[in-house]
Amino acid sequence: MKKIINDGQNVVAEMLSGYLTAYSRYYERVGDSNAFTYKNRRKHKVSIVIGGGSGHEPLFIGFVGKGLADAAACGNIFASPNPELIMNTAQAVDEGCGVLFLYGCYAGDNMNFDMAEELCALEDIQTAHVRIWDDCASAPKERKETRRGIAGDVYVIKVAAAAADAGYPLDEVVRIAEKARDNINTIGLATSPGSIPGLDKPTFELGADEIEFGMGLHGEPGIERTKMQPAAQLVNRMYDELKKEMLLQAGQQIAVLVNGLGSTTLLELNIVYHELAKHLTADGLDVHDVEINQFCTCQEMGGFSITILKLDEELKRFYDTACYSPYYAREALA
Amino acid sequence: MKELNLQQTMDMLMEVCRAVIQSKQLLTEVDSSIGDGDHGIGMAGGMEKAKAALAEGAPFADINTLFKTTGMAMINTMGGASGIIFGSMFLGGLKGLEPITVLDGNTFTRMMRGALSAIKARGKAEMGDKTMVDALEPAVLAMEKLPDADWVTLMRAAADAAKTGVENTKLFVAKFGKAQYLGERAIGFQDAGATSVFIIFNAMYEFVRSH
Repeated sequence: MKKIINDGQNVVAEMLSGYLTAYSRYYERVGDSNAFTYKNRRKHKVSIVIGGGSGHEPLFIGFVGKGLADAAACGNIFASPNPELIMNTAQAVDEGCGVLFLYGCYAGDNMNFDMAEELCALEDIQTAHVRIWDDCASAPKERKETRRGIAGDVYVIKVAAAAADAGYPLDEVVRIAEKARDNINTIGLATSPGSIPGLDKPTFELGADEIEFGMGLHGEPGIERTKMQPAAQLVNRMYDELKKEMLLQAGQQIAVLVNGLGSTTLLELNIVYHELAKHLTADGLDVHDVEINQFCTCQEMGGFSITILKLDEELKRFYDTACYSPYYAREALA
Repeated sequence: MKELNLQQTMDMLMEVCRAVIQSKQLLTEVDSSIGDGDHGIGMAGGMEKAKAALAEGAPFADINTLFKTTGMAMINTMGGASGIIFGSMFLGGLKGLEPITVLDGNTFTRMMRGALSAIKARGKAEMGDKTMVDALEPAVLAMEKLPDADWVTLMRAAADAAKTGVENTKLFVAKFGKAQYLGERAIGFQDAGATSVFIIFNAMYEFVRSH
């Protein structure tokens, strides 16, 4: 695998060095660690700290900024940040109003953030967490708290950060973040594997003419492996899964995220939405907003995911506010 | 040999670090069969840091700090699930332990029982889940059957029990990590974390045998 890197051991530190130097007008590194804060964050409010394994950019680094998270703690490639790094990150942005940790539901993240919260308690920092588990292909509905967090992180971060900026107290920001999380589902499809920078072996193997529905970002096996098909059929299958899972009904207001996993092009992703829009129209769904880009990737992994957020008036209010980071910016929606 | 002094305990932990670092390739291969393939890199990286922290921190006031230094170095460099779990193998037994400068087998056995409890509480794994617990728990049980044993007898029993535990993981489906999604397809492959536990106990055995 040809990767534009130096030493595989230093990829996260060097990536952050580049990002934080280039965008130093917005960001400040926490000491010399793999964590950073948003300089112009609003004060006297609940602080939002996000984090997880690196290698999924623009997640998490691109979701710190105005109207977004206040800080990010970045782990090694595909590995959770450690408790001390998370605690130091929380301490750097704590305003005395509490810190909310938002992260994808993976064993490593759960354990490290739990331990970080224990460390924060010793420092008298009030904390809470919301684990994001939007990937409906990763476990049945009855065990949704074991599902993995993928592109749905984007919506939870956006909505929770807007609620924090609006001055809501910690328990209310938690409630709103959980409400968003519980109204989001994602399904993905893989066409080719990604790789860990510095390792030659791909994260999984998939035949040249094969695709896998529901495959996880790190190559976790999905729900069905089939031959490659035209976009219309792929989207059809994925939309069916989401519709069934989310009990989508005519008149429901939704936001839609079409996410590329790394090497799938915008040309392809827009064709995905060309197909998806037909289904949404046919089913009478009220599409409030759509975004088509790369949000949550796995290096050069091929494929895409579709995320749907079911909106109510409260969620819409926080969804609609403006936000800005170098990788994720929106104007306020009317 | 019934007791290790502070320097010997430090040398033994250094030997553990070296043994794990040397097993990087083996652990990578074991983990690549059914896991992410990053266990070898993670463990070796954690142990490199632990080794450096031990060298830097010397001289130590007590044995508790030796274990704490090792465990914290692993947690704070490895990240992921294995950082916490393997860090807890060194940290978990320190709770309530008065500062000691001499380590006997009974105390070490109690520390490993404490570590096992901490790991099971944090990771929610039980025997048969195809995790490091499948090697650690039998090793602790074997040591508990040998009160007042000399170090060589104790560590031989721990290493043997861990090795059998590693073999047993081949029979199980996985409940955690990437391998859980493989279901029956994980049978026949040993767990990488359990393999690391064996490497750790075996390094301790080799150390006490040659001293």
